[in-house]
Formats: sequence, C-alpha cells, structure tokens
Amino acid sequence: MLEVRLHGRGGQGAVTSAELLATAAIEKGAYAQAFPSFGPERRGAPVVAFLRISDGPIRLRCNIVRPDIVTVLDPGILRIVPVASGLKGEGVLVVNSKADEEEIRELTQHKGKVVKVDATRIALEELGLPITNTTMVGALVRALEFISIDDLEGPVRDRFGRLAERNLKAMKRAFEEAQICGAR
Amino acid sequence: MGKRRGLEVSVGAAEAVAMADVDVIAAYPITPQTHIVEHLAELVNNGELDAEFVPVESEHSALSVCIGASAAGARTFTCTSAQGLALMNEIVYIASSMRLPIVMILANRSLSAPLSIWNDHSDAMSVRDTGWIQVFAQNGQEVFDHIFFAYRVGEDPKVSLPVMIHVDGFIVTHVIEPVEFWEKEQVERYLPPFKPISRLDPERPVTMGAFAMPQLFTETKVAQDMATTQSMEVILSAWEEIYKITSRRYRPVEAYRTEGAETIFVVQGSFGETLSVAVDELRAKGEPVGLVMPRLWRPFPFELFRSAVKGAKNLIVIDRAISFGGQGGPLAIELRSSLFGLPAPPRVINFICGLASRDVTVEDFKNIYERAVDGSKAPVFQEDFQFYGVRS
Repeated sequence: MLEVRLHGRGGQGAVTSAELLATAAIEKGAYAQAFPSFGPERRGAPVVAFLRISDGPIRLRCNIVRPDIVTVLDPGILRIVPVASGLKGEGVLVVNSKADEEEIRELTQHKGKVVKVDATRIALEELGLPITNTTMVGALVRALEFISIDDLEGPVRDRFGRLAERNLKAMKRAFEEAQICGAR
Repeated sequence: MGKRRGLEVSVGAAEAVAMADVDVIAAYPITPQTHIVEHLAELVNNGELDAEFVPVESEHSALSVCIGASAAGARTFTCTSAQGLALMNEIVYIASSMRLPIVMILANRSLSAPLSIWNDHSDAMSVRDTGWIQVFAQNGQEVFDHIFFAYRVGEDPKVSLPVMIHVDGFIVTHVIEPVEFWEKEQVERYLPPFKPISRLDPERPVTMGAFAMPQLFTETKVAQDMATTQSMEVILSAWEEIYKITSRRYRPVEAYRTEGAETIFVVQGSFGETLSVAVDELRAKGEPVGLVMPRLWRPFPFELFRSAVKGAKNLIVIDRAISFGGQGGPLAIELRSSLFGLPAPPRVINFICGLASRDVTVEDFKNIYERAVDGSKAPVFQEDFQFYGVRS
C-alpha cells in the first residue's frame, strides 16, 4: 500500500488532488481512498489531505502518520508546518517551490528523494489563478509508478468540465518541468 | 454487477437512494448535513430523479414531511446527524410507532456541547430506543447496499417499520473510495414497489397515529415490539438475497478471526475496518485474538452475539459514546446485559475512545489489547470502563 499526505492551504484543493489520483487508481482497477483532514474549512489556513492506493481493499480508517510520499501544494507551508514529519527516509517529498534544493532540504530536513516544481507559476500562467491542485498532481505523478498522466485525463474531465483542458495542460507542464533531486 | 466507481461515499449513497426510486426526500440542507442530500437535490434539479425534494426549515420538519408522505404511500428518505437528529427526536418515535417504512442515513457525529462537527456514536445511541430497525455500515459499499436492504425490510408488510443506517460521519461519509454499483434491473428485482397495508387516501379515509386510551396503548406497543423482534426473519432473507446478487455476505453479527480466540474485540462502525488490521498483526505474533461486530443494532441479535463470543475469556468492547454516570459505554452495557446469567461469561473490558473523530490507529488498538490482557495491569478488570487516549 502506498500512503500519501498532502499539505496545502484551505481553498487550494489538496483534497481535489487526492480525489483525482484516487479516482484514477480506482478506474485502473486498484483500490484507493482519499479524504480530507476533517476540520472547519478556513480559506488560507494550512490543511492536510490523505491518499491511500493499494492492490487490495483498504481497511484503514485512520490518518496517515508514516507516509511514503508527502506533497506540498503551497511554498509558504514549508516554513510553518513540519511537512516531512513521519515521512519515511526512503520516501519522496514533492514540493511546489522555486527555492533551490538546499533550502528545501534545510527547511524540511528530508534526506530522501525530492521532486520540486514551481507550480504556482505554472498555475498562474495556465489557469490565471494560484490554485495548484491539478498542477501538483502532475509533479506527484513523477513519484508514482503505476499512474500515468494519461490515467488522469478522465478524472480531470469529469471534475472540471470546460476547465479541464487548461488544468490538464498545467498538470502536464508540471510533470515535465518537475526537477528530481536524488536521495542524499 | 454494475460499474465500479470511485466516488465520495455520500455521493454513492445518494445514487443508491435515487436507484431505489424514492418519491419524496425531505431534509434540512445545512449543518449538520452531508453531501448525501446535496447530491440528491442535484439529481432532482437536473431531472435525473423524478422525486419531490423538500428543503425544510428544520430536521423536525424533515421527518414530519417524510411521515406525511410515507403515510400517503410514498417511498421516502431523509438524512441527518448529531444535533439535527436531536431536534428531530420527537418525530423519530412517531415514525416507528406509526409503522412507516422511512429510511434514514444517520451520518454519525458528536452531540454538542462543546460544538463539534466530528464523528462518534453519541447521536446513534440517543435513538437506541426509538423503535427503528438499525444497522451499522462500515464502508461506502455497505452503505450503498444497505439502502436497498433498508427499503426492502422496512416496507415488507410483516415488518412495516422505519430503518436507520448508521455510518461514521467524515471518517466514512467524506471518503472517496470504490463502490460497486448495482444494475438497474437488479435493484428492481430486489426491491419491489412500496405497497403499504393502508394509506392516507381521500377516497377511503383512515386515521393514523391517533389518540389511544391506556386500554389500548400497551397492546399497541407490544405489537410494535413483536414486529421489531420478528423482523429478524425478513432481515436475514434480505441479506441472503444481497449475497445472491453481489456475493457480499452480511450477517447480524459479523465475526473476524474468532476461531480459538481467547480475547475478542467488539465494536461497531468503521472501527471494525482498522481493527481487523490490528487483529491480523496480533494474530501474526501468535496472540489468540478476534473481532466481533454487531452489524444489527435493533433488533439486537442476542443469541447470535452469545454464540459469536462463545469460548472467549475476555471481550474488549470499544465504545464511541458515553453513558454519563452509567456502567460504561452504551454498547458495553448492552453486551454485559446479554451475557448476564451465562454459566461462565467472558469478562467485559470496556474502553471509550475515538470521540469527535479522535484518530484511533492500528497501534492504538494494539495498545488497548495489551492493557486489557496484561495481568500486571489487573485493576483494569475491576473498573467498569476506562477512557483511552486522554491527554494528561
């Protein structure tokens, strides 16, 4: 089972990111679970969402404390939330940031693999809004083995309708522009 | 079977309600509420579901609308949680006493105060004695299947009672997960149209829910209690038919790895899912432990429960609700009572945790097990119950 924790800000769509990937995995015949950290929704406040993907039925109904992957949708979160908390040493940190690798490592203390992309810039250019949920899915797919960008096309079209095209473009750009930094 | 879809459990539940071809949905559309009625409102608005959606001004009115509609012969649905159910409470009793087969999903959430929107079973336990048939669903698929089950059982003329489906609020209702849909024809075959024994009809006037003198009241209530107890036969057959359609087996008391178990956990709702993982891990270490989940809460399957825990030395009952000043959580109280008088009953060790969605992990369940069976912490057994995971 693969466990992913997503950090974002209320309104950025961390839950949507988790939902898109869960739906894509389920469409492929796998099992998946996506859920928010349940709290009063406050726009701008740090929020967390969770994603599990597995070959078999998922029986866990609790939060993810030892994730395989942590995804950060907002660059500012790195400074205020210990995002890498519980992240497995061999796990992957996927961040929206334009900072260099050293700075990210210093802020998070994560020594494993890092996937970084300036998702805010891509989202602004493609969507005209700093909402990075679909963009960061593109970067996250770089860290996943069994889900491809093509698998997300259906879920994105279902979810975004006429806005799907622009979101898919942002997602693909993030997938391509993401920079992978190997484990230290 | 129909298509397997990844969707929010609440949306899946609403799709099942629509497939059950309901006539009237009445609900208070804002907090505490789930996406279940929101999605139903969409389906009605988009013309995908031919039903009346009545957005009322309170939960009290929501169930009142359902009562009127059901008495007139309509298939009805409502949904609420926590304080919404509390406000509805007066009418909850009337639905069952009038023997109206309304179906309600109760997305289980904490009763205030302090104000909480999170999950526990305090709302479920507040309606224990209201005369509804009550089942607990652990996941999205179970919620989906039990919509059809609920109408089939409730509307059976031998039963004629409302049915409440308990599902953990947020922990299950807000999760995106796979749900296998039924084909339309399968639903139609499983669930015949609602044919009430009598209904409100201007051509043939009847009185329903009228005044009863003391000479009649007791007999009415005895009849109601008999109907509730005797619904078991219809319930079992409704589950058997689900098995034939879906290959999913539902039982009044679910048992997991109880063979040779000295210690058995007993829980309701989504605890059972996480706990089954803890049981697997404990079994892998050689611990003789199992899990029992009373799916059917009313009528309570006493005999089946006793036989499910037969041979166990310890029962670790984990409640998600408090009976203030009582002898433990409501589930433990019920189970202790059902074991009383047996020649060698197991010890009931009761924990209360997971209030207001406090996260309860596999590790927590293993800690609970350790505390319960560790002889050096024997005083545990002398207490009626204890809270687990309280911050000091």
